[in-house]
Amino acid sequence: MSSLLHERPAEAGHYGKDIRSDLHVAIEPRPSGGLEIGLESRVGLYYGDSILGQTRNVLEILGVKHAKISIHDEGALPFVISARIETAIRRAGLGNGQKALPEPFPLPAPSARDRLRRSRLYLPGTEPKYFINAGLHEPDAIILDLEDSVHHAEKDAARILVRNTLRAVDFGACERMVRINQLPLGLQDLGEVIPEVPDLILIPKVEKPEQVAEVDRRITELKVAHKLDRPIWIMPILESALGIENAFAIALASSNVCALTIGIEDYTADLGVVKTTEGRESAYARTRIVNAAKAAGLQAIDSVFGDVADLDGLRRWGESSRALGFEGMGCIHPLQIRVIHEAFAPSQTEIDKALKIVAAFEDAQQKGLGVVSLGSKMIDPPVVERARKLVARAKQLGRA
Amino acid sequence: MTEKLELAQNAAGRMVPTIVNGKPQVPYLGVGQYHPHGQKAAPPVRSSNEYPENGDKRVPDLETALRNCGLRDGMVISNHHHLRDGDRVALMALEAAAKLGVKDLLWFPSASFPSQKDAIELMQSGVIHHIEGSMNGPLGDYCTQGKMRGLGVLRSHGGRWQAIQDGEVHIDIAVIAAPTADPFGNADGSHGKSACGSLGFALADSTYADHVIVVTDNLVPFPCIPWQIQGNNVDYVVEVNSIGDPAKIVSGTTQITRSPDRLRIAQFVAQFLRDAGIMRDGFSFQAGAGGIALAFVDYLRRMMKEDGVKARFVRGGSTKFLVELLQDGLTDYILDGQTFDLDGVKSIASDPRHVATSPFTSYNYHGKGNFASMVDAVVLGATEVDVNFNANVVTHSDGRLLHGIGGWQNCLAAGCTILALPSFRDRIPVIVDQVTTLTGPGELIDVVATERGIAINPRRQDLLDAVNGSKLPIRPIEDINAEVERICGGKPARPKLGNRPVAIVKWVDGTVLDAVWQVT
Repeated sequence: MSSLLHERPAEAGHYGKDIRSDLHVAIEPRPSGGLEIGLESRVGLYYGDSILGQTRNVLEILGVKHAKISIHDEGALPFVISARIETAIRRAGLGNGQKALPEPFPLPAPSARDRLRRSRLYLPGTEPKYFINAGLHEPDAIILDLEDSVHHAEKDAARILVRNTLRAVDFGACERMVRINQLPLGLQDLGEVIPEVPDLILIPKVEKPEQVAEVDRRITELKVAHKLDRPIWIMPILESALGIENAFAIALASSNVCALTIGIEDYTADLGVVKTTEGRESAYARTRIVNAAKAAGLQAIDSVFGDVADLDGLRRWGESSRALGFEGMGCIHPLQIRVIHEAFAPSQTEIDKALKIVAAFEDAQQKGLGVVSLGSKMIDPPVVERARKLVARAKQLGRA
Repeated sequence: MTEKLELAQNAAGRMVPTIVNGKPQVPYLGVGQYHPHGQKAAPPVRSSNEYPENGDKRVPDLETALRNCGLRDGMVISNHHHLRDGDRVALMALEAAAKLGVKDLLWFPSASFPSQKDAIELMQSGVIHHIEGSMNGPLGDYCTQGKMRGLGVLRSHGGRWQAIQDGEVHIDIAVIAAPTADPFGNADGSHGKSACGSLGFALADSTYADHVIVVTDNLVPFPCIPWQIQGNNVDYVVEVNSIGDPAKIVSGTTQITRSPDRLRIAQFVAQFLRDAGIMRDGFSFQAGAGGIALAFVDYLRRMMKEDGVKARFVRGGSTKFLVELLQDGLTDYILDGQTFDLDGVKSIASDPRHVATSPFTSYNYHGKGNFASMVDAVVLGATEVDVNFNANVVTHSDGRLLHGIGGWQNCLAAGCTILALPSFRDRIPVIVDQVTTLTGPGELIDVVATERGIAINPRRQDLLDAVNGSKLPIRPIEDINAEVERICGGKPARPKLGNRPVAIVKWVDGTVLDAVWQVT
């Protein structure tokens, strides 16, 4: 039962001449008098009636009968409109606990544990203008971020917007990742987003295996409650000295962990050192992560490269990162994606050599030879194994 | 308006007025269907006897020049937009006319710019009767709201030449802003503190107008070398302190877009030219100065280098990106219609391979051919494109005047016409069922490149075959249209246009392609 005592005027979203693809909703609850909706929209001529209809529909689903609502729309798409109205209603202490979910877009194929994760594009969870075209730039994954890019006063709004985004937006072949907040706030995030089946959850600032286990338990509960049987992978982000020390235990904390990654910004802050483009200060942590991940049979994924304008620097970082054993890194701008993919791609020389080694191995197998040789050189078993992995990766990339 | 409104349906199915500003019009008949006849217009014969033997045609100010030209009520005054939003001469001329007390002028600029919004006051006070030329910003709103006394007439650059040459518009007095001129009236655009590059837009006026006044802020002793305007056509020369604001005449540097979506479109277009085999030795292309077009040139340049391909000529709107092609030996020539940045101005002034062209050579449809149809590929923008490939550049989707036609219509004659645009802006679909205002017939538009894929006009089976096997996302335009509608949440409502035309859109042959309707 709603109580007028807890109801209050509230607002959500943004408007103004520099805002695009968003809207601002202000709501004033009232005891009677029905609904009064005011709309100003940049696209009113084309979608004014549609926006008003959608607004009434959301209010009805959420059981709001008496309120004054005023909307300033800057060309928001329908999944954003619903999210902002729902946020304002919840903030106003109104609503019946229902969700105003947008039209679903068909889910992509489930994500494989060891799929390509060369690039993952961060999308701030309250910036809807970046969502709709993110998949077009073909990163291996997109990350809808609820953590550092979202102001603490906007966490509720981001959660609802990200939920609707997972449900309604076509991200093409991208793996759909969500970075939740640090625990315990992150558990609330899970409640909102898991029903819309993201492919992977990034947990920030992990220091102990118990944190991963807690997230894993919550995901499992929610999957059971919502009858979901798709895998939802976990990628812990280690961002402190303690986290790095516990890397191996964290890697083994759940069978759903598919990769370990590092947050260099927070890690260097924790050490009290300056982050450089050469990255010597984080060399230990990065190699430690790679080692722990490989020991646990997981992927090792690098941090982001922050200078969007320096694509040459990014390329160098990516190449050295691959040389260390990382299989991918984060990106904060679509222009970084191609550079990262090139940096993490095996060179044609490497692929050709690996193909020769694999062919020599298969030849030796057929002939029943115990020793594999290529020309005058003997090839050790681990070299064969590495070559087989490289050929498999090259095949995934369509290059072998 | 006292004129009785009579409308006819043209060959594109559009309702257009049959009489505009008192003159009978031919409704659009279809591409290549209108056949002109008769003689070209000509200015009156003059004698050297009437002009100073020492060649000094200077008078103290514009008022004197206009008075000497016999300015009176109802005359046609023309200006040009080679100084773009930095131009001061057009308003200077119109205000001088106002001081002389004349009324009901027809102002005939090659394009108007927002900085000329004071022309509204001159329309309100009756000095200007109406404008025939592109209008946007405040002037566009004034016209779209139906406040102008006559109808606006929107013409392409080539169409403006055609209208002057065919005698549709007779210019009484042309006032030409010249970055450099001599006292005889020879004038050049590529030198001086207000240098802008080419003066091509003023060339028709200089040869067909009854009277020609050159206004300059850089007077040099005879001869002005080179000259783009011949002093033999000029009546008076006026020296002023400043013809324009250099900062708004050309941009210091033109910037490539950093929008990843737009870069993606630009890359698609470049890749399309490569995959379709259009990018080959000796080819030619034209691209403007918009963000996508600049990025396209940059991508294409890299592909040309990789493939060892050289163009015979490129056409601008020149910018540093075209200049780089010339300097890198990737093209033999730049044929330049207007010059957008300082690198372009510097190049046209110093490199003989960078040549100024005019709407006559480039675009005039009523000539013995023009350059536009010899270009292999052109990359253009648009406000809207419909599923039949018809496009709109002159109005917003809501029917308000947005910008002029420029060379856009003329460029549709290229071997492969490509529109490069986002599939929607904010929530407003760009790929639509039907365009609000028809500016280009779909049969001339071959490719529409968006961030969501590339649509090829089914009329161009040759292009569809040429890119068969390409990795580019080639899709039917209906597919992109349907995806955009899904994203935007259904079809947009059609704008509610008034039932009174406020302007007409001319086709390149002078027939009426569409009308712009009053929006209140």
